[in-house]
Amino acid sequence: MKLSSYVIKRLLYSIFVLLGLSIVIFIIARVVPGDPARLALGPRAPQFAVDALREEMHLDKSLPVQYFYWIKGVATGDLGKSLITKRNVVEDIAEFLPATLELVLVSALFVIVFSIFFGALAARYKDTWVDSFIRVMAYTGVAVPSFVLAVIFLLLFGYIWPIIPVLGRLSAGIQPPPTITGLITIDSLLTGQLDVFFDALKHLILPALALAVGPLFQEARIVRSAMTENMGKDYLAAAVGFGMPDHVITGKYLLKPSLIPAVSVMGLDIASLMSNAFLVEVIFNWPGISRYGMEAMLRKDLNAISAVIIVFGLIFVLVNILVDLIVAYLDPRIRLGGRSS
Amino acid sequence: MIVNKNDSILNIKDLHVHYRTYDGFAKVLDGVNLWVGKGEKVGLVGEAGCGKTTTMRTVLRILPENAVVPKGEIFYHGEDILKMKPQKLNKVRTQGISMIFQEPAAALNPVFTIGTQMFDVIRYSDSGKGRSKEEIKELAVKAIGEVYIPDPERILNSYPGQLSGGMKQRICIAMAIVTERELLIADEPGTSLDVTILDQVHRLLRGLVEKKGMSLIMITHSLGVAREMTDRIYVMYAGNIVETAETKELFKNPLHPYTLGLLESVPRLTGGGVAEGIYGRIPDYFSPPKGCRFHPRCRLSEEKCREEKPLLKDVGDGHQVACFKVQGVI
Repeated sequence: MKLSSYVIKRLLYSIFVLLGLSIVIFIIARVVPGDPARLALGPRAPQFAVDALREEMHLDKSLPVQYFYWIKGVATGDLGKSLITKRNVVEDIAEFLPATLELVLVSALFVIVFSIFFGALAARYKDTWVDSFIRVMAYTGVAVPSFVLAVIFLLLFGYIWPIIPVLGRLSAGIQPPPTITGLITIDSLLTGQLDVFFDALKHLILPALALAVGPLFQEARIVRSAMTENMGKDYLAAAVGFGMPDHVITGKYLLKPSLIPAVSVMGLDIASLMSNAFLVEVIFNWPGISRYGMEAMLRKDLNAISAVIIVFGLIFVLVNILVDLIVAYLDPRIRLGGRSS
Repeated sequence: MIVNKNDSILNIKDLHVHYRTYDGFAKVLDGVNLWVGKGEKVGLVGEAGCGKTTTMRTVLRILPENAVVPKGEIFYHGEDILKMKPQKLNKVRTQGISMIFQEPAAALNPVFTIGTQMFDVIRYSDSGKGRSKEEIKELAVKAIGEVYIPDPERILNSYPGQLSGGMKQRICIAMAIVTERELLIADEPGTSLDVTILDQVHRLLRGLVEKKGMSLIMITHSLGVAREMTDRIYVMYAGNIVETAETKELFKNPLHPYTLGLLESVPRLTGGGVAEGIYGRIPDYFSPPKGCRFHPRCRLSEEKCREEKPLLKDVGDGHQVACFKVQGVI
């Protein structure tokens, strides 16, 4: 199958996935007790005002009708108004999503680079203290949730040893660059403001690390076990027997087949960084979409909830397609589907 | 071609190899002695699990990491491979000895094209160093032609999974001969293939070795194959060489009870019924039998065989056998 037709097919499938997701989240958000209109206007608002808002939001109609109104809006790019910010949800997402994306991307970069590095290291020095150390780190990483780590970082670098900024996306007094992508690091590079770039980078390190540590060491374990397993393969013995240098054997003939199982898991983990980001964003005062979504949920901001979930779903789907493409690139057995040449 | 032992290029002396496992040490090789002369074709015959592959992997030092070599020497042109520094060892691997693995599907990396793997074999071999991309490709194309595979361009761009078993086996052979090597170790090439392809592969291998004047160690479990392919045969049992002789001599005058058993177990078209074979199986390497390792399965075994290990002794014309009964000691 050609690459483009494969991607198009996957994207078409994902529309159905997202539709299903939207129905589920739409119902759940509305079944939960509590009147969103009342919550939005406050306890002292007169009943007629609440009723007016309910009517404006079609809350007086049946669920299917409500969904119909909502999905009609979605089809035209209108996700409704947020009750909290009083703005269009689309605007809110445009404002908050880039911050989370930036955080998650840097975090993903940490996961990818360091999991391969530590995994290869553990495999290379199997059964030595290096291996044991990475194993302990893996267990710790799994056991300690990212928000605990975030609090520890905050305490350590905000209070005891303040060498790196801990709150927000930029230091006070630094003007954010003009919004091009919304990712401050990229925007500042595009406009050539290096000082802004480094300041943004410094602010990214701790939250990204807090998010990355857990999945990072788990992935390192997967890379390690795949590598140690493949070390015993005949094709590797053959490469050694042909006198190929160490870096070619480890960095090429051992690494590539060993990455395949890790990449699939990495994809899922990186996608779930989005949702894990919530508490980390709260702790580091990061104006991201996870935090926005959580507030929306607590205040029953129906349109905002649906929009955030749909955006998360979309990102999840896209990451999964990307991962499948990477795996297919790494593994010709998947790409070519057996013996067709 | 029969060569004098003094002209040997490879000389394995009293090689012991053990595997460390959770249950203790599997003492697989128990003093293997074997030599190969220049241009000589030697067969190493024995049943599955007797240590043939272990012996040959030790030569290239590509044993699994749980293997230990407590004792023994492997002289290659007078130098002990087991004591070589990495640089010297690299010379052996890149210009001295190459090996064809038993299972072609496992010996080729599934996620790289044949071309990628073959080019690297050439690039890092002694005679391929410093060659241009075009020259490397030319060599690869030539080698693929030498193993009679058409359309080398397509093969180079294929992944192992896209080729048939016979093709993969040929590619493995091509990789082993693509640059000059003095000695080729063929570990039961083509065992997994069907008989007609197997026969082609054997002919091909013999033809190539003769054409290039290489020495050959042919590992096989079949005396029939060894007879076709080799000048001299080593018969191996449970980590020991039990008999060696020139191929013709061995078939004319087999001495060791194990060799006799192997010969009897070859099915014959004219024979009646299925051959009797050899009773029992390869011993447990964790606690191998004392004395001669073959004694529990041997019809002739006596007290001495259970106590003392027989060593290879010359019985004339380079025919050596490790058996007290045959040596006339008992």
